[in-house]
Amino acid sequence: MISDVRTLSLIGAVLILLGTSWAIVKLLRRRPESGIDPAILETFRLRVRAWWILFAALAAAFLLGHVVTVALFGLISFWALREFITLTPTRPGDHRTLFWVFFLITPLQFFLVGWGYSLYGLYSIVVPVYAFLFIPARIAMAGDYKRFLERTAKIQAGLLICVYCLSYAPALLTLPITPGAQARQAESRRLGRETPATLAIEAAKTPGSEHRSLRADREDFLFADSSGNIRLLFFFVLIVQLSDALQYAWSQLPSKHVIVPTINATRTWEGLLGGTLSVMLVGAVLWWATPFHGTSWWMSPVMSAVISLMGFAGSITMSAIKRDRGVRDFGTLVEGHGGVLDRLDSICFAAPVFFHCTRWWLILNGIILPAG
Amino acid sequence: MDTNISRNFLALLARFLSGASVRWVDSQPDTCQRVYFANHTSHLDAIVIWSSLPQAVRTITRPVAAKDYWTKGPVRRYLANQLFNAILIDREEIKVHQSPVDLMIREIGQTYSLIVFPEGGRSDGREINEFKSGLYYLCKKRPDLELIPVHLDNMNRILPRGEVLPVPMLSCITFGPPMWLEAGEAKVDFLARAREAVRSLKELD
Repeated sequence: MISDVRTLSLIGAVLILLGTSWAIVKLLRRRPESGIDPAILETFRLRVRAWWILFAALAAAFLLGHVVTVALFGLISFWALREFITLTPTRPGDHRTLFWVFFLITPLQFFLVGWGYSLYGLYSIVVPVYAFLFIPARIAMAGDYKRFLERTAKIQAGLLICVYCLSYAPALLTLPITPGAQARQAESRRLGRETPATLAIEAAKTPGSEHRSLRADREDFLFADSSGNIRLLFFFVLIVQLSDALQYAWSQLPSKHVIVPTINATRTWEGLLGGTLSVMLVGAVLWWATPFHGTSWWMSPVMSAVISLMGFAGSITMSAIKRDRGVRDFGTLVEGHGGVLDRLDSICFAAPVFFHCTRWWLILNGIILPAG
Repeated sequence: MDTNISRNFLALLARFLSGASVRWVDSQPDTCQRVYFANHTSHLDAIVIWSSLPQAVRTITRPVAAKDYWTKGPVRRYLANQLFNAILIDREEIKVHQSPVDLMIREIGQTYSLIVFPEGGRSDGREINEFKSGLYYLCKKRPDLELIPVHLDNMNRILPRGEVLPVPMLSCITFGPPMWLEAGEAKVDFLARAREAVRSLKELD
């Protein structure tokens, strides 16, 4: 399954990066005289631990298929929403609405994403249209009008950020990124399962593939698409996490121009620019792992810049929410639970934008049909 | 054996649903005979405290619960009798010759610990109501029992009064340092001290 060189190289690169960071943490913790602020070291250690967990979650995609990855993201999303709502003051009148939000809308969104790209038209609007309208109506039905708009907006924001936006990360696994993938996905959905006969028909329909053997085509059908998608998700998560870390590293430079001192004292212009330029470099080096290889290799660094900027937007937004609620982390509210949302803020913001930019690029290049 | 598996499963489920993080402040889990007393804001309170105890302690800890609520329907009856091994108190027929305190003392013998809610009924979660005197009479008869104050935070948002379906928000359970009934301590003073012990755990965050 993971026999192709590109995917193996990407995983190898990530493993080397993770192993190196882990070794650095181990080494520095053993030497307290190194002069590095222990608080910074602790932040770094927690971050490296979160990376390992993320890596394990993504590795599961290889071994167990995309449905498991989608379900895993669903659980993470559920937990993030819990942290968000726990921190948000709600009133007893919101109870029934919250029940539906947690147990109907959240699983439904991930079910639709897991079903595949053929339901894109549905999962892209279920939360922003149907849930958006359902929430105020249901709260109104409960009869409590005190601070009505405020309560409604808070639940809507929580659902959009923690569930809707985050669900676009696993949705990358179902995006048809190779020519003909969309038709084949639809075909296999229609037939329920793929048979050698249908594969042969498909092979005949796809131009330029007449010379390929049935076996090769079957392998292409089963694995090549999915490994391209897994690389896309890997690339995305890697760039988000790297841009977080690199922005932090660059903001340690001596001359500091803090962007918004009232919200976050550690985010500086040096960090944002330096971090973005560095991940653009990483993105350019990793062009071979993305669907943008070939003539449009430049898309890879451009996307990296987009991810970096959106990641910054996400963490500054979540910082503002935390400041308003008077907490340092979403995790500190309940001791012992590492704040899931503290680790995911940049992914939440970057995922939908990365998904849509990639989709536009695929449409412009005729790989997927705009009606999709 | 079968009951044990169901118990552990239920404890896990309760832990997941309540998202409860457990803190022991100046206090340790122990299998000695204890009375856990807590503020009461939701029907889930007893289950959540019970499930947050380590397994060895959990098996010898029995919640005290209202008979009228926990005998309604086969599910609740099964939970109360088979799984939590609850001591059910008849709230309608409290008489001198079958007082709840005597029943509790009879039921715990020399092994079991208790989970009680001295407020009597559920509060709205903002203030802790005055404690009923049962806790005092229990300690008067069994002064050797260790009293552990427990504070439940956010439970009223998970399952408020009058709701059936829980919303899985995160909650926090704090176990405080043990206390005892002092020799010759007056009822009012003792109950006020016990209530203050629970309230002080709320302000620890």
